[in-house]
Amino acid sequence: MNRYPVWKYTVIVIVLLVGLIYALPNFFGEAPAVQVSAAKTTVKVDASTQARVRELLKAANLTPDLLTLDATSVRARFGNTDDQFRARDALQRGLVPDPTDPSYTVALNLASRSPAWLTAMHAFPMYLGLDLRGGVDFLLQVDMKGALDKKAESFAADLRSTFRDKNIRGGAVTRNGQALEVRFRDAASLEAAKRAIQDQFTDLSTTDSQEGAEWKLSVAIKPEAARRLQDSALKQNITTLHNRINELGVAEPVIQQQGLDRIVVQLPGVQDTAKAKDILGRTATLEMRLVDDSTEGRAAAMGSGPVPFGAERFPDKGGNPVIVKKLVLATGENLTDAQAGFDSQKQEPSVTLSMDAKGGRVMRDTSRENIGKGMAILLFEKGKGQAISVARIHGELGTRFQISGAMGINEANDLALLLRAGSLAAPMEIIQERTIGPSLGADNIQKGFDSVMYGFAAIMVFMCLYYALFGVFSSIALAVNLMLLVAILSMLQATLTLPGIAAMALAIGVAIDSNVLINERVREELRNGVSPQAAIHAGYDRAWGTILDSNVTTLIAGLALLAFGSGPVRGFAVVHCIGIVTSMFSAVFFSRGLVNFWYGSKKKLKSVSIGTVWRPDTGAAATAAESK
Amino acid sequence: MEFFRIHKTIPFMRYAVALNVISVVTFALAVFFLLHRGLHLSVEFTGGTVMEVAYTQPADVGKVRETITKLGYADVQVQSFGTPRDVQIRLPAQKGVNATQQSAQVIAGLCQASAGTMQPDLKQDGKLVCRGAADAELLTLRGTEFVGPQVGDELTSNGLKALAMVVVGIMIYLAFRFEWKYALATVLANLHDVVIILGFFAYFQWEFSLAVLAAVLAVLGYSVNESVVIFDRIRENFRRYRKMSTVEIIDNAITSTISRTIITHGSTQLVVLSMFFFGGPTLHYFALALTIGILFGIYSSAFVAAAIAMWLGVKREDLVKGPVKAGGDPDDPNSGAVV
Repeated sequence: MNRYPVWKYTVIVIVLLVGLIYALPNFFGEAPAVQVSAAKTTVKVDASTQARVRELLKAANLTPDLLTLDATSVRARFGNTDDQFRARDALQRGLVPDPTDPSYTVALNLASRSPAWLTAMHAFPMYLGLDLRGGVDFLLQVDMKGALDKKAESFAADLRSTFRDKNIRGGAVTRNGQALEVRFRDAASLEAAKRAIQDQFTDLSTTDSQEGAEWKLSVAIKPEAARRLQDSALKQNITTLHNRINELGVAEPVIQQQGLDRIVVQLPGVQDTAKAKDILGRTATLEMRLVDDSTEGRAAAMGSGPVPFGAERFPDKGGNPVIVKKLVLATGENLTDAQAGFDSQKQEPSVTLSMDAKGGRVMRDTSRENIGKGMAILLFEKGKGQAISVARIHGELGTRFQISGAMGINEANDLALLLRAGSLAAPMEIIQERTIGPSLGADNIQKGFDSVMYGFAAIMVFMCLYYALFGVFSSIALAVNLMLLVAILSMLQATLTLPGIAAMALAIGVAIDSNVLINERVREELRNGVSPQAAIHAGYDRAWGTILDSNVTTLIAGLALLAFGSGPVRGFAVVHCIGIVTSMFSAVFFSRGLVNFWYGSKKKLKSVSIGTVWRPDTGAAATAAESK
Repeated sequence: MEFFRIHKTIPFMRYAVALNVISVVTFALAVFFLLHRGLHLSVEFTGGTVMEVAYTQPADVGKVRETITKLGYADVQVQSFGTPRDVQIRLPAQKGVNATQQSAQVIAGLCQASAGTMQPDLKQDGKLVCRGAADAELLTLRGTEFVGPQVGDELTSNGLKALAMVVVGIMIYLAFRFEWKYALATVLANLHDVVIILGFFAYFQWEFSLAVLAAVLAVLGYSVNESVVIFDRIRENFRRYRKMSTVEIIDNAITSTISRTIITHGSTQLVVLSMFFFGGPTLHYFALALTIGILFGIYSSAFVAAAIAMWLGVKREDLVKGPVKAGGDPDDPNSGAVV
């Protein structure tokens, strides 16, 4: 009765192997590394970057232990920090010729020391949270009301110019928060205005009413449009933050949405909060200007003449000079949206820009007079400008126009992103900020590790003393539980924090509950005079329901924490929940496997080693001897 | 080894009234202290700035407080943190001054008070570092935490929501697995634990942080186990001993599970103690909340939950439906777990 079929043992062996493989990278520790990532959205890190890094390192007489390429960065691992520093200097010199305008970020980082075959199997160590590795952590609140107000204001301006264009008389637009109000003197104008809004502004809804001699049209942003606006505002802010943080040279920044209107920014390894804040709060600006097509201008672009008066030189994406006039037509503030798309007429990717009313008017006037001439869009970051797009004007432009030609789908997407990311869509405020020094982080790891280790050792000693061989089985099951927990956390690439380690320690304490239940039950069956094999069977069978019940209730608490917790509580809850699930496997299925393996084949089992089985009726302790 | 050599069933329920009077009194005291003193909420809830400063010499907490008060901060809390050399400083939130400015100002003030000057350190990208006469570093800022006032209210409401979800979730599960009387008894007993933990935190004015909140909710889930184990046994006893009275059955259930209860809680407590002693100041109160929760969990689930269930009038018919087969049918969906 205490035998497992072969498939059950197979499952156990497979789970143990997989668990071992994925838990393993955590034990190799970390080695110094240099990480190269793109500092601009226009720069891509790919195989050619990897090749260049390899060459540069070779030229500097350095051989990295491992050179890897992932989605966003190239990493070179070294045996010691001396090599790491030398490599950083070499790469910095080679990849970033102009430190004021870097294309790549070369940052010091730590990389797992685990061997290449583990990395090839996508077995990575757990990601350490900021409280364990040190760094800065910001929680930013996006002012959604501000964003919507801003949007309503731009709608108001658009409505005014639409009414003017359509000769709708008397349409005085006033804004009250996010609600717009238009007053008319006659019903015909109101009807015309309503039609115009329905035709051109799909994001707006209207309700009309009559007040005395006046007709009033209330215009509001549709709820779904407002939601979409909020969503895109948040996304745009995140993108902008990404671009800005890139230049801080942080190895693995985390920028995530939290809830509906919050953004978490974590910068591991950064200690200088002031500088980080400075960069987060800065605004990049976008300007649209005409290209100087005069003879002098062209000569300057060819490099054969000076930059003419009233013009400036900026590099484009390829580094070629573009000569543009100093007069700014429109700025990023006039640009309300930029979307990558596909031009169905020309059959090529395009970017559609939407301008606000003011920008649209300027664009129309300028483009009418300058058909056939070039227009450049400049992005100013860190006080340096770059022409991210130079296009020829083919016709009169309005509030919406397209840039197309000579770009692939990826480039169109990048351009749209750059255009959008020029400024923050909504103002942000830092509502929470945490700095953890590296020494504090190292301390926390040590303390967390110590508490898990000593707790585990204490339980193991107790179990082995109290339950003899069954205690040994329980201890092994507990170790397996810990291993599986670490393996799953590593697979999920969950972030381990100090509360997470505490949850790990607690998971040990909770997991042992199942084994105690089983062992006590087996003892009780033995006490009642049941044969050893039957006692083992009954012990496991009857304990199962209780174990399930108690784990489900614990899991309910864990899920509640996961659902409503934030920050440290979430870190705790994730580990807590996974720990409960793994304990069901290890404490019941796996430990039963061990017991079956040991005792199952013994037909005439006289006694089992489960410590003292004391019988109240005889008053004497019948000590179970070691099974022969 | 066997710690529990119990000869016969212990009549726990005979003392139910006395035990529950103790419970009610403790509970009332806890509520009183919660209302009277309130919780000493951490900066996560109240908003403000917390700085951890490490001195190279043991720090004089009084002097640190005096120095900071002179800088114009009214309600400053200074305490040593882990070791005598580490100090934790808590400043209230101030309008118009951000956390970085606040901490820079405080560090400069403290540096001056220990006769040092702030100098840029070239090794750390020119970060300002406090150095004394012999160019030795006098004190370092180990970490800061700033929380804006918007966050606190949300945390409180989320905490309450989580608590409600745990209570409702557990009640539904237990009502489904057992019966509503057991569900109610369990939840009452365990909520009483939660209030008592909070009462301890209020009485001793220990810092109530997010980690403690997590511990409290984890304890709630964990100590429900106890009641589940006992109720499982009560159900089994109802099936097995058909002549026993309800009280005898409850006594028997508690007696036969008491060894398991104490051993599992003891084991869990071993880990919690290890966190208490080795986990450092961050895990200190977390472990403390768990300890109180575990100790009261044993007591409340064994005596309070069982007694409430008894007074609610649990009956054999509630749990054992239909004719009971001798020996029990393992396929019977109602056959509960037995321990």
